[in-house]
Amino acid sequence: MKYFPVYARGVLLRKQIGVVHAVDHLTFEIGKGEALGLVGESGCGKTTTGKVILNLEPATSGEVSFEGKKVFEVFNSRNTTEALALRRKMQLVFQNPFGSLDPRMTVYDIIREPFEIHGHVPKSERLPRVYELLSLVGLEEYHAERYPHEFSGGQRQRICIARALAVQPSFIVLDEPVSSLDVSIRAQILNLLKGLQEKLGLTYLYISHDLSSVRHVSQRVAVMYLGEIVEHALTAPLFGNPLHPYTQALISAVPIPDPDTKIKRIILPGEVPSPINPPPGCRFHPRCAYATDKCRSDKPELREVTAQHFVACHYAEEFIRPPILSCLESPNSE
Amino acid sequence: MVGELLRVEELRTYFFTEAGIVKAVDGVSFTVNKGETLGLVGESGSGKTVSALSVMRIVPRPGRILSGKILFGDDTLLEKRDEEMMKVRGKKIAMIFQDPTSSLNPVFSVERQLAEIITLHEGIAKQDARERVIKVLDLVGIPDSEKRIKEYPHQFSGGMKQRVAVARALLLEPELLFADEPTTSLDVTIQAQVLDLMKHLKEELGMSLVLITHDMGIVADMTDRVTVLYAGQVAETAQTKELYRLPRHPYTKALLEAVPRLDMDRTLEVIPGNIPNLIEPPSGCRFHPRCKYAREICSKMVPVLEEVKPGHIVACHRWRET
Repeated sequence: MKYFPVYARGVLLRKQIGVVHAVDHLTFEIGKGEALGLVGESGCGKTTTGKVILNLEPATSGEVSFEGKKVFEVFNSRNTTEALALRRKMQLVFQNPFGSLDPRMTVYDIIREPFEIHGHVPKSERLPRVYELLSLVGLEEYHAERYPHEFSGGQRQRICIARALAVQPSFIVLDEPVSSLDVSIRAQILNLLKGLQEKLGLTYLYISHDLSSVRHVSQRVAVMYLGEIVEHALTAPLFGNPLHPYTQALISAVPIPDPDTKIKRIILPGEVPSPINPPPGCRFHPRCAYATDKCRSDKPELREVTAQHFVACHYAEEFIRPPILSCLESPNSE
Repeated sequence: MVGELLRVEELRTYFFTEAGIVKAVDGVSFTVNKGETLGLVGESGSGKTVSALSVMRIVPRPGRILSGKILFGDDTLLEKRDEEMMKVRGKKIAMIFQDPTSSLNPVFSVERQLAEIITLHEGIAKQDARERVIKVLDLVGIPDSEKRIKEYPHQFSGGMKQRVAVARALLLEPELLFADEPTTSLDVTIQAQVLDLMKHLKEELGMSLVLITHDMGIVADMTDRVTVLYAGQVAETAQTKELYRLPRHPYTKALLEAVPRLDMDRTLEVIPGNIPNLIEPPSGCRFHPRCKYAREICSKMVPVLEEVKPGHIVACHRWRET
């Protein structure tokens, strides 16, 4: 098992007029070979979480444990060999395939660069390795000579994935990898990601606001709101029986591509409050239909409410349904 | 026709660029009936946005409407002079866009830019225009409208800005509203609010709506009829329920099967290849290079729209067999 207990807090504003509680007291684990989906809306802290775990943003406090190593310690130490080795294992695919590829490098240059930095592929083997990686992501050998602008969004995302795989990582953070792609291309990339995970035994942190694609890729899902995880569980129970009122609203808000399915939409009043001044007690209480005085003053702990299903809500038990019923009742569902 | 509000026939809008002529809308036809919501569905390059811009006659250069017929009620819109179109835009047909940040003027207050629309079209006093703006901001659910009217767009959140954009579109009570990906840039819970709002307003104001989107979930939820566009041409048009139950065009079928669903686990059908280049689109049926049912005729002849049953038309040579 690989563990990533993460406990990270806060990112200071430049003018120090306050603290943006971007990510607050976040603790979670991802098992080896597992895909954890991290969902939430803008400002919930999911992208920051992804970056902090990889040490691309400095954490205010806390630590990430990866394969027994303390990530922040390693990256902040003088030991560049160890840091480089760790960086090989933990990679990232960004949201914007248009901005994350150097336009002046050919595909071959882009994928070969990690070989040069890490030195794990001898010169004679580099070209064949590049071709292998291109094939793995569904591209052709002749693509290696081309420049990023010659490719479509979906193809560029494949190049980014090939680049991430070039160092043979065990863990990849995927931040909204398909959001900027057309619908018909998304399925290609989602299937590719799933296939690669099985084939190469990869571990994913899949960050997205698109719940449907998260459901497709992840074995477990964590829901973030205003810098905190409010619920996490295995995929089916999370979507079948969400126990946190925010998760319930989030799921009910997603339109289903089936006109015969009528979802009871829970419309949340107001907007997400500012992470500079999060509400006291439960951060969700101002928008929660069930809020009580306890919710306004006592912060609920993230606790295991049913098997492997963790919720941060004082009244989570009240939402447990028997397995037969689902809040997404549809005549067409399996 | 009774009940028909807008009729677009064989619209052709091309962009004359240095790289070549982009045939963005190449023979598109669709209708919108009074009081209905039509979904105009497609991915990038489908021509859905350019079609709407063509109806409004606001196609940016180097685009030009080449041919076709656009009937709004009894008016033929393509024959109108610019001054006449100005009376149609905003007053009869309005539009909201995907990104409210770029469609609202950042240097004017909400009051100023919205009131201007009223005074321009109706020449009424500033004070009366102000009252109307406040009323319509209330209608779209902006709290504290009397106070917020003085604020600037950047002081509103994304969802609120889109509400302001909707308010702006409704000021003159148009009969038809084009909404181009109105919720794509919004969070899903805010999207639910804005879509709900649009549903309400449509009923209250007796408006017709053309919802331009690529999101098959929104289409299922919001529309009465759907026209599916691919690479500048119509693939299929049908009542919404009919389209989802019995899609006839391979592209429609593939699109529906490629979308992950939140309420069930399933394998996603992949559409191979990419969206075609519109300067040199594929010969015959533009979808044929990616179609699993393609035969020789598909690359040679452009399929015409055929009736499957009343209200359901499809442009495919093989729809009977597949």
